[in-house]
Amino acid sequence: MARLDAPRRITLGAALVVIAAVVLLLGFIVWRGVQLFVVSGVPVTQILSPTWQPDPLSEGTTYGLLPFIAGTLAVMVVAAVVSTPLSVGLALFMAEVAPTWARRIAQPAMEVFVGIPSVVYGWLGLTILVPFLRVHFGWLGFATGFSWLAGSLVLALMILPTITSISYDAFVAVPADMRSASLALGTTRWQAIRHVVLPAAATGVATAIVFGLTRAAGEALAVQMVIGNAPVIPTSLARPVTTLTSQITLDMSDATGTWNEALWTMGLVLLLISLAFVLLIRWLGRGRSQA
Amino acid sequence: MRRVLAADRLATAVLWAVAVFVILVLVAIIAYFVIESIPTFSLAFLFADPSLTEIGGIGPVLWNSVYMLVLTMLLTVPLGVLGGIYMAEYAGEGRLTNAIRFSQELISSVPSIVVGLFGFALFVAATGWGFTALGGALTLMVFNLPLLLRLSEQAIRTVPADERAASLALGATKWQTIRHAVLPVAIPGVVTGIVLTAGRVFGEAAALLFTAGLSTPTRYDFSNLNLLDPQSPWSPFRNATTLSVFIWKSNSEGLGNYVHEVANMSSMVLIVMVLAFNLGSRWLGGALQRHVSGL
Repeated sequence: MARLDAPRRITLGAALVVIAAVVLLLGFIVWRGVQLFVVSGVPVTQILSPTWQPDPLSEGTTYGLLPFIAGTLAVMVVAAVVSTPLSVGLALFMAEVAPTWARRIAQPAMEVFVGIPSVVYGWLGLTILVPFLRVHFGWLGFATGFSWLAGSLVLALMILPTITSISYDAFVAVPADMRSASLALGTTRWQAIRHVVLPAAATGVATAIVFGLTRAAGEALAVQMVIGNAPVIPTSLARPVTTLTSQITLDMSDATGTWNEALWTMGLVLLLISLAFVLLIRWLGRGRSQA
Repeated sequence: MRRVLAADRLATAVLWAVAVFVILVLVAIIAYFVIESIPTFSLAFLFADPSLTEIGGIGPVLWNSVYMLVLTMLLTVPLGVLGGIYMAEYAGEGRLTNAIRFSQELISSVPSIVVGLFGFALFVAATGWGFTALGGALTLMVFNLPLLLRLSEQAIRTVPADERAASLALGATKWQTIRHAVLPVAIPGVVTGIVLTAGRVFGEAAALLFTAGLSTPTRYDFSNLNLLDPQSPWSPFRNATTLSVFIWKSNSEGLGNYVHEVANMSSMVLIVMVLAFNLGSRWLGGALQRHVSGL
């Protein structure tokens, strides 16, 4: 009888690899991430300092991560603000308005969008967007073109298919009866969308936006290529800023000692941010799995 | 009443405008790469060695991309499909199932650069291997396993319960039922999932920076079949800069007289590859579906 259970045990073993991977990942990132405090004795509160002076050879070495955390949040939020109206609009178009032929164009187009690798977005930003901002909006303060806005615009494009496809699923999941009931009461299509479809799909759209934020916070190379990588608290869309991911990308291969430990702490902060998003998505989706 | 009708027409116009705008942006991106690439592109570009003084080619890094793809999928597919079978056929409601699902969600949300850091800590530093293709492939496996697991589970769940009931009623065991009744029907979906996952390997760069390495490859000698020789292009224990990493690296260093041309053409090659995988997965899934239902 035990022999018959072998397939069950083998397939379970394969599924358990995912848990093992998470445990190892959490273990390694947390362990390396706390070295800064445990081994080098940097006070935990120091990472909240706005000063990033990691070079051990210079005066007043300070490992303040605030510029990176603030930069990550700033770039992410502006990307979502730009992307959400476009993505949700496109999803509404595909679900509610588009004739069949238009949907046949829009759906594969979204798949193409998803398929474009992030380095390609970064390269596009670097060769087109950055010079464009410098040449045409230099008078607004875009001295080099490398800026908070450039990073956010590249990210807005990258998270567009994510938000679109998840909100589209949410709109399609709204029962057709609800639309019919609204239309039968004499409402226009827009009134039905605004007062019936959007409220019914609100949680799904919120989930879509959080997925977009998650992707925006974690994207590394595309952002690093256009953002200018200046470790300052973001104050102007036109100025260079930096993010956790950019700084890890830039410094990891050269930085040693305490400087290197600070980069692992940045990785730990990123991990905590994504953990928060996972919990937020779970919370938004609560009760829906039973339905 | 007129205001309501006007609002409806305005909203419709805005939604159309948004859709047209987004599609135009996409068309412009693709057109940009095609137009920029055509004047300098030749088939030799795909096979030649990179060069700092002339256009050269992407032969070694393209080879590395294909190599990493095969190696990653060799590691990911068995685990992903078997795990998918467990989640669809055996898993009940409970703590263990919840833990697996939460792990899947967490890895899917962790930034790829953090997965890369983890890969560095485990497969580069702790193992003492240094930067290797195998370390990169294992890192990408961690990254892709949850996705393939989910896609396989979904494909297997779509198999109608009748198929299982009929097989079990004939006296087949649970595993015989899975093996001979469920899997053959689920194969098209599973294959689509595998190809979609493979497409991600081509585009990924951040997770590979600190695992498969960044060194510019020298000329490869394909007659060197020694799998343990770090000079052999067949060896998993060697540096393996992929095409995606190459694009990022050549731009951040800015070396070479033709960085611009090479980056444009490399981007086009990358887009075409990933597109081929996406369209290929759909075509293959459809073809297999017809084959299965034709039985």
